[in-house]
Amino acid sequence: MLGKLDWSAIPTDQPIPLYAAGVVMLMMLGVAVIITRKGWWTMLWRDWITTVDHKKIGVMYVMLALVMLMRGFVDALMMRSQQAIAAGSNPGFLPPEHYNQIFSAHGTIMIFFVAMTFMVGLMNFVVPLQIGARDVAFPILNSVSFWMTAAGVLLLNVSLVIGEFARTGWLAYPPLSELAYSPQVGVDYYLWSLQISGVGTLLSGINLTATILKMRTKGMGYMRMPIFCWTALASNLLIIAAFPILTATFAMLLLDRYLGFHFFTNDFGGNAMMYVNLIWAWGHPEVYILILPAFGVFTEVISTFSGKAIFGYRSMAAATMAICVLSFMVWLHHFFTMGASADVNGFFGVMTMIIAVPTGVKIFNWLFTLYGGTVRFSVPMMWALGFMATFVIGGMTGVLLAIPPVDFITHNSLFLVAHFHNVIIGGVLFGAFAGYNYWFPKAFGFTLDERWGRAVFWCWLIGFYLAFMPLYLLGLMGATRRMQHYAETGWQPLMWVAMSGALFVLAGIACTVIQLVVSIRTRERRRDTTGDPWDGRALEWSTPSPPPEWNFATPVQVVAADHFWRTKREGLPLPGGPDLPAPSNIAMPRPSATGFFTAFFAVGFGFAMVWHIWWMALAAFACIIGVMLKLAWRAEDETIVPASDVAAWYRANRKEAA
Amino acid sequence: MNVPFISGVLDPRGPVAANEYQLLQNATLTMLAVIVPVIIMTLAFAWWFRAGNKKAKRRPDWDYAGSLEVVTWGVPLLVILFLGGMGWLSAHALDPAKPVPAHASTPNAAPLDIQVVSLDWKWLFIYPGAGVAAVNHLVVPAGHPLRLHLTSATVMNSFFVPQLGSQIYSMAGMATTLYLRADQPGTFPGISAQFSGDGFSDMRFDVEAVAAPAYDAWLARTRANGARLDMASYAALAKPGTSAPRDFHLAEPQLFDHILAASTAPSSSPH
Repeated sequence: MLGKLDWSAIPTDQPIPLYAAGVVMLMMLGVAVIITRKGWWTMLWRDWITTVDHKKIGVMYVMLALVMLMRGFVDALMMRSQQAIAAGSNPGFLPPEHYNQIFSAHGTIMIFFVAMTFMVGLMNFVVPLQIGARDVAFPILNSVSFWMTAAGVLLLNVSLVIGEFARTGWLAYPPLSELAYSPQVGVDYYLWSLQISGVGTLLSGINLTATILKMRTKGMGYMRMPIFCWTALASNLLIIAAFPILTATFAMLLLDRYLGFHFFTNDFGGNAMMYVNLIWAWGHPEVYILILPAFGVFTEVISTFSGKAIFGYRSMAAATMAICVLSFMVWLHHFFTMGASADVNGFFGVMTMIIAVPTGVKIFNWLFTLYGGTVRFSVPMMWALGFMATFVIGGMTGVLLAIPPVDFITHNSLFLVAHFHNVIIGGVLFGAFAGYNYWFPKAFGFTLDERWGRAVFWCWLIGFYLAFMPLYLLGLMGATRRMQHYAETGWQPLMWVAMSGALFVLAGIACTVIQLVVSIRTRERRRDTTGDPWDGRALEWSTPSPPPEWNFATPVQVVAADHFWRTKREGLPLPGGPDLPAPSNIAMPRPSATGFFTAFFAVGFGFAMVWHIWWMALAAFACIIGVMLKLAWRAEDETIVPASDVAAWYRANRKEAA
Repeated sequence: MNVPFISGVLDPRGPVAANEYQLLQNATLTMLAVIVPVIIMTLAFAWWFRAGNKKAKRRPDWDYAGSLEVVTWGVPLLVILFLGGMGWLSAHALDPAKPVPAHASTPNAAPLDIQVVSLDWKWLFIYPGAGVAAVNHLVVPAGHPLRLHLTSATVMNSFFVPQLGSQIYSMAGMATTLYLRADQPGTFPGISAQFSGDGFSDMRFDVEAVAAPAYDAWLARTRANGARLDMASYAALAKPGTSAPRDFHLAEPQLFDHILAASTAPSSSPH
């Protein structure tokens, strides 16, 4: 009846996950009580859960990413503590079977559910506003995408208390991840949670690509798009091209595990290196899926806070698209050490280094944007400057790793770990925080506190250097990644320095929460009444903050790049500005519960598959089809906002502006 | 000599490791010549052009300069051309499968064949020519080129002795080749650098490079006193678990080939 599931699935012998789960459940209960007390359930259902508004969906993505950042960081803190302790004969406090789950979960969560989710959230929120669109191309699909991501998150976190998570590392290389070596459910949790969220990501990629290609407002030619839209386009094209590879690869591993196939097994002619090739054919584009939107954020921020147009716009756009194409030609550098011929290794080494050219171009263009500008050190700008100084170090170590014989002595070492944290924290995460501080007032109508924002920045910056510079050195001293313990007591002092860096980051996360709470409590005096708190350049700043559901009452006619900036300077009528738009009826998509229910049943499906509860899997899958059919047969999909309501909205929200 | 931090890759003890470490230093210095100025310019530009600086000359409309486009594309391109050449040439010069010559102190030493098998969670070293085998320690004659053939009887691992240089994967059903050399007698820690499951952290071994007479003595001692390694005792050894260093006399000379073939049975791999 319940497949492999029984009471032994609850890890009663492991106090840490049980306590963690207990705390999470208490917090969720507390939130539920507050919502009930305040009578917010209806509002929550109507305005958030069933919303198809790209802005709210973007906000929910970012909230999900921030919550998962905390989960992923707790894992990081445990890993750093374990490695700080477990030197010589000391086994530390985490046995291998638990420690191995922690680093696997840390990587999976941070890439898929923090970095990825954060970037998709920012793109969702910003792109339609920047191109003058009322929403994304497929608003209901957008809601499905978000909820599928949330379903993946939920399934992954269920593994904390029911069963266990993968112990295989975040990419689950076979044969270790095959049934023969990982008979437990951990790998199944990993695979199903990423299959489900992967569908969401792919749909989101299609949606945003279609939005950028087809929904640009009048006059918004490609060469007038803000660079963030270029990077979003490149990133989403990569999602469309790369995520099907991931889904197919995982599908093959699932066939191996569930139906006795031998794609990647040791026996019957299976070839594990095929998986390694395929996973990196997705995995390398994936890192550019993450970093390109971050480059876009930095471009917007550096341009805005220097009071200048971005230097070398055409080069920026060209470099972005060059990275997009090149990122597919370098995957083999992740396993130079598999014994391929010198020609193969040499080719992929050179291709990898070539990516550094367009990236270098971007760095120079940001530099020349600063030059001659009027630089304001607001919080988003501090993240951008911290990024420029930090990212080039990660770029340098990346090129080092691209030289095959250097990789032979640094592959899989803590040097590599330091490198990818250098580019993912120093690039993607700094970009996420820059974007969060930059667009927050647009989303909520008030700015975030600057002082706490600076504290967040400095904690992360110092924490990053303390945590990862020692890892570069340790890697060169011979320390490899994923060690549960090590004999060399000489490594321990550097491990403690790395631990202190993690504590700085902990302080940074605490400051993030404080910043948010302080900003909400003092929101009345930090209201953004103009819609343009930073003296911005692109169209999103021409709308009130927060923008109305329909973003733009009348379509904007764009005549140049940085259109909004020029209209401000040349005193032209502002698009969506204080002059009331001519009221007209606006057709908006109706809210839909399709996404929520699809995800609800997808969690049931994934859980049933993990535990081999076949009847439940079948039922849940049938329900997903049912939800889709119900959507297909809907009678109405739009509501009309009458012109009078539109006019009334602007009257009410313009009072302060005028 | 025990300078803190100078260990592993930073303390090379063979030609492969020494060349790779030299390459790492050369490439690092080349790139530092670009990125240090970039970091300084970032901070300097941002500070000089701060909003409050009255002395800074503002150029709010300066957003394109053809000559600078040459710089923005040219500088990274030149650096990468140089490093790309370095990468291509070194990939060939330091190809793991490329033979390494003997050390000048033992100029006529022929490459010593050693077969390496990763097990759950220990390393098995087979000396097919000498009729011995060892677990979790690798005794080699200093100065001789070592020709390692690697495979795995279990999941993937990576054989790595940081002080001797290049690591390489051991994969079931496949054999990889790696040439290394230890120049002087000494003990060099080795690890698995590819996560392989619960006992991964204990997959440690020491490479004991010894002078030729000591090596011969070890061979003789092991042949005489080592436990017998045949298919039956191999099966016991291959069971998951960690192990202290052990020596065997090899009773099954084809052991490596059996292990290599076992993982592809019953249908053979197309490779």
